[in-house]
Amino acid sequence: MKLKTLLMGAVAAMAIAPVAHAERGTDGDVKIIYWQAPSILNPYLSGGTKDIEASSLVVEPLARFNEKGELVPYLVDEIPTVENGGVSADLTSITWKLKEGILWSDGTPVTSADVKFTADYCMAPDGGCAQSAKFDNVESIETPDERTIIVKFDSPKPVPYAAFVGGQSPVIQAAQFKDCLGAKAQECTAANFGPIGTGPFVVTDFKPNDVITMEANENYRDPAKPAFATLTFKGGGDAASAGRAVMETGEFDYAWNLQLAPEVIAQMAEGGKGTPISGFGTLVERIEMNMTDPSADLPEGERATAKHPHPILSDLRVRKALSMAIDRTLLVEIGYGQAGRPTCNLVPAPEMFASPNTDCIAQDVEGAKALLDEAGWMVGANGVREKDGKKFKLLYQTSTNAVRQDFQALIKQWWSDIGVETELKNIDGSVFFGGDPASPDTFQKFYADVEMYANNFDGTDPEQYLGQYTCEKAPRPETQWQGENVNRYCDPAYDELVAELGKTGEISKRAEIAKKLNEMITKESMTIVPLVDRGRVSAHSNSLGGVVLNTWDSELWNVADWYRIK
Amino acid sequence: MLTFLIRRLFTAIPTLVLISLIIFLLLDLAPGDPLADQPLSIPPDVRQKMRDALGLDSPAYIRYLLWAKQFFWVEPLVFVDWVTGTGFSEGMQRIVSWQFRAPVFDIIIQRLPQTLWVVGLAYLVGVLIALPIGIISAYRQYSWFDQVGTFVSMIGFSVPPFFSGVLMIVFFAIMLPWFPSIYDTTLVVNDFESFGQQIRQMTLPVMVLALQTTAQLSRFMRASMLDNLNHDYVRTARAKGMTEKVVLLVHVLRNSMIPVVTVIALGIPSIFGGAIITEQIFKVNGLGQLLITAIYANDLPMVQTLAFIFAVLIVLCNLIADMLYGLLDPRIRYD
Amino acid sequence: MTDAPIAVAVPADTSGRSQWWDVWDQFKTHKGALFGAAVFLFIVLAVTLGPLLWTIEPTFIDIRARNSGPMWAHPFGTDQLGRDILARMMAGGQVSIAVGLTAMLISVLLGTLIGVVAGFFRKLDGALMGLTDLFLALPLLPLLLVMVMLFRETLARSFGPEMGTFILIVSAIGVTSWMQTARIVRGEVLALKEREFVLAARSIGTPSRRMILRHILPNVLSPIMVSATLGIATAIITESALSFLGLGFPPDFPTWGRLLFDAVDYLQQYPERVFWPGLAISLTVLSVNYIGDGLRDALDPRIRGR
Repeated sequence: MKLKTLLMGAVAAMAIAPVAHAERGTDGDVKIIYWQAPSILNPYLSGGTKDIEASSLVVEPLARFNEKGELVPYLVDEIPTVENGGVSADLTSITWKLKEGILWSDGTPVTSADVKFTADYCMAPDGGCAQSAKFDNVESIETPDERTIIVKFDSPKPVPYAAFVGGQSPVIQAAQFKDCLGAKAQECTAANFGPIGTGPFVVTDFKPNDVITMEANENYRDPAKPAFATLTFKGGGDAASAGRAVMETGEFDYAWNLQLAPEVIAQMAEGGKGTPISGFGTLVERIEMNMTDPSADLPEGERATAKHPHPILSDLRVRKALSMAIDRTLLVEIGYGQAGRPTCNLVPAPEMFASPNTDCIAQDVEGAKALLDEAGWMVGANGVREKDGKKFKLLYQTSTNAVRQDFQALIKQWWSDIGVETELKNIDGSVFFGGDPASPDTFQKFYADVEMYANNFDGTDPEQYLGQYTCEKAPRPETQWQGENVNRYCDPAYDELVAELGKTGEISKRAEIAKKLNEMITKESMTIVPLVDRGRVSAHSNSLGGVVLNTWDSELWNVADWYRIK
Repeated sequence: MLTFLIRRLFTAIPTLVLISLIIFLLLDLAPGDPLADQPLSIPPDVRQKMRDALGLDSPAYIRYLLWAKQFFWVEPLVFVDWVTGTGFSEGMQRIVSWQFRAPVFDIIIQRLPQTLWVVGLAYLVGVLIALPIGIISAYRQYSWFDQVGTFVSMIGFSVPPFFSGVLMIVFFAIMLPWFPSIYDTTLVVNDFESFGQQIRQMTLPVMVLALQTTAQLSRFMRASMLDNLNHDYVRTARAKGMTEKVVLLVHVLRNSMIPVVTVIALGIPSIFGGAIITEQIFKVNGLGQLLITAIYANDLPMVQTLAFIFAVLIVLCNLIADMLYGLLDPRIRYD
Repeated sequence: MTDAPIAVAVPADTSGRSQWWDVWDQFKTHKGALFGAAVFLFIVLAVTLGPLLWTIEPTFIDIRARNSGPMWAHPFGTDQLGRDILARMMAGGQVSIAVGLTAMLISVLLGTLIGVVAGFFRKLDGALMGLTDLFLALPLLPLLLVMVMLFRETLARSFGPEMGTFILIVSAIGVTSWMQTARIVRGEVLALKEREFVLAARSIGTPSRRMILRHILPNVLSPIMVSATLGIATAIITESALSFLGLGFPPDFPTWGRLLFDAVDYLQQYPERVFWPGLAISLTVLSVNYIGDGLRDALDPRIRGR
């Protein structure tokens, strides 16, 4: 009898659950843990994912990407397009219209002036704005009335959704930041630590690199949201302990980016307090081939420059063979489990930009050997191939990370099966990705034969991403070793096609060119050897409802919809 | 002795200035870039502008002099203002962290409570346990107490905190959910309940850290006691009819304290340095975590300031140790 | 005692030989020390001769056998890539013991030298203790980064990549860990040199070098022994931290510290993986500790006489 009543009660509670939480601040506290701690809440001063995602609870852009990579309006009524007249036919301007009645958390109205100010803030010289690439080609911003913003570009912009779109480019309040333009941006500690926003939460206390406490925004546009009255955002530690805190001890409700071996995550999920969730974006773990000779015998200044092509890897057949020897499916199984899939593409998503190229998935050791034989590399002493007295020996570097070191060990073994000797090297991430021109160990300097890391692009358009592999973007002494084309890949046909992509507005045409570019650099030239399309694994406690994992924008994009399952 | 103290304090100043310069040069030379943690999707030209905004383009000596001025002049003024409510430091540029764009000292002060609670208390607990263990182990050399003590302390020292910390969490936070695995730095102790919570969340990290201190210190205490127990003066004292307690705790202990005092003094600055690994595991986010994240992020003003404060403490503590030598053994003379 | 017949048997140099025989005799009577020496010898033999008997390559990946528990083909089981843990323990032991002992020796020698000189010669005290304070204050990680950046390539070129890395690691650990020993030794020396027997030796005109070697050093031996024992543990763990940061050996190169570090993530699923390296490090440190205890007793003339 009693049990039955209880069960009935539970069913009833489930049935009315959506109604029960439809009131602001009734669900108590929600606790989020990020194993990298946010150091600032202003995405214009730090592009770190941790900072962008933490600030996305407070400040919002005009439009965001949803979990499918589609644009959804946030502070505006609709997404401007050429069809609805929001984007001019010549693609040189875009007109946004703010929703009516949106308030800042301090109760003042959001106006077009705030939006314009945001652009001025980021475009101010000496400001060191991390997102200034989002405002590339912006010529002027006009605000004909309180709610209308017209962004004018100096040249046709086929994809005008960069400024004020996505977690990287939220709208900040002019009144709060008006004295923080240019060089002064660095000094506005109070504003950078507690921006006034339109998001579901407001900052009550910010302890940099430690913990942020927030409370529900009284002026949030949906009166029923957020369901939680307060929010605790803890940072620091490592992925394993964050996963444990959500799935095993139940101390926290949401843990971000659990880069752990699949079996470790599975074990944690058995704790029964939380569930891992995963989603895919554009992050691809890849091996980059050095097209130039990194030999230490070359004088500094010529080492690893276009002057000396790589003695082994310049041969396409060699690069192909190295790729064929790799079993990507096994890599995924060991390193990422459900959060990874084998890929042959640099641009794995969105679907329309992804080439249907799957040639590389099947491992082909015999084929690889045959290719190397054909290229003149013959098996010599100790099973290591040789050609003209030169041994086939590669230095393979990557950043320190447990999964990457497992990958290195596996690939080393596969390569040794085809007669290639590999020396492994791991470098601490803060040096490897640091870009210090004085250090020999940065990924740009590439004083190794092959290197492995992961990269992705913001938003859904790969133009800028593919544009990184033009000849002029090769890091070299003259550029202080800066530049994204770390392979020193150089093909005039590729450069031309990139230029054409920049001029093409029609979306299907763009997709076609992007696919072609992707294939040129992957399957046709094997300059980049994609390995794994890496998803994101996060975890939420079993009592946290409404979580939708989004890899195209901040993971906390829909925190306003989160609620406590009762 | 007072004149000695004053003279030593004065000679410490040039040493410290030299140390600060060497730390600065070292950090400047070390590979790394304050934008290392920024995503690769930020293009190189934007990175260059961000670097310029941090003032990285000015030459090294100017950056050092600027830091020195801020550390030795502006920050003390800020302190004076804070105490007296005056406005001497208005409009002066304080030492600003590159990660946070906030004054370095504000953050250090924010981190002090949890560091002192956890690392400081662990050190105190470790010292208080280690001394008696060392004394008894030496007095009853090769007894079962000594054997167990040796065994436990050697294992305790061989097991690094990255392992013992996780082991503690697995046992005492997951299998037996007695203690939290994550330290809550926002907890305000204002009543009995929150005090209990504070004790609970400190227990695991304090245990891990105290184990290390105890292991190390008890070994030194034991060895030093053993050295002295065989000296003639001990025999003399016993022959004179002193009780064992007096012989042991007054005569032998006092003479055995020199190496122990040295080790304790060396450990005190490292309380301020925090416990990097243990803090990370339990997410205490004290000064150790602050230092290591600053190093990874190449936040030079932060690292420089923390390292220099650390240096000051080292010089001071070692000076105190030197003074204590004189008290423990009056034959050690200062002149 | 058996020293009398030996002294007779070797009358030529009674002073040198018989003293060391005395030490050895005393050492033999110390059960803990003998046991420690036996364990240490066993570990050293296991990691050096073991690979001759157990011939699986420590880096060989047998992916089908991954995560297997102890069985005949893999007595200690395999890791997440199917590498044999027994083979990895033996290969790792060679490196860890070599690094631990060498780095400890460098650190103790350096620490003792600086400590004795600073304590004994008042003129040098200020400068040397300033140097000690400086080394204590330098942030470790940037210092190591700089050392690696400056010396890795040069060392690799003159000694080959593996030997070069070894030299770099042991000197990096040695150079950054001598300060505690130096401070302790100096403190002891400051007190010792005012003792009667030192004053007596000085008054008969004993030269400084002889004084240090004969009178000072033997009396500061026990804290040095403790430092040395603790130093081995620290060096083994520090090595793993260095390699983890990419400042040490290549990532597929097993060492005990690294095996322990890698196994911590799998603590709940495969607890045996942390057990073996943890046990090996602890046993090594324990055995060295007992050897140190025995040596200290054996070298102490007051105890030896008993």
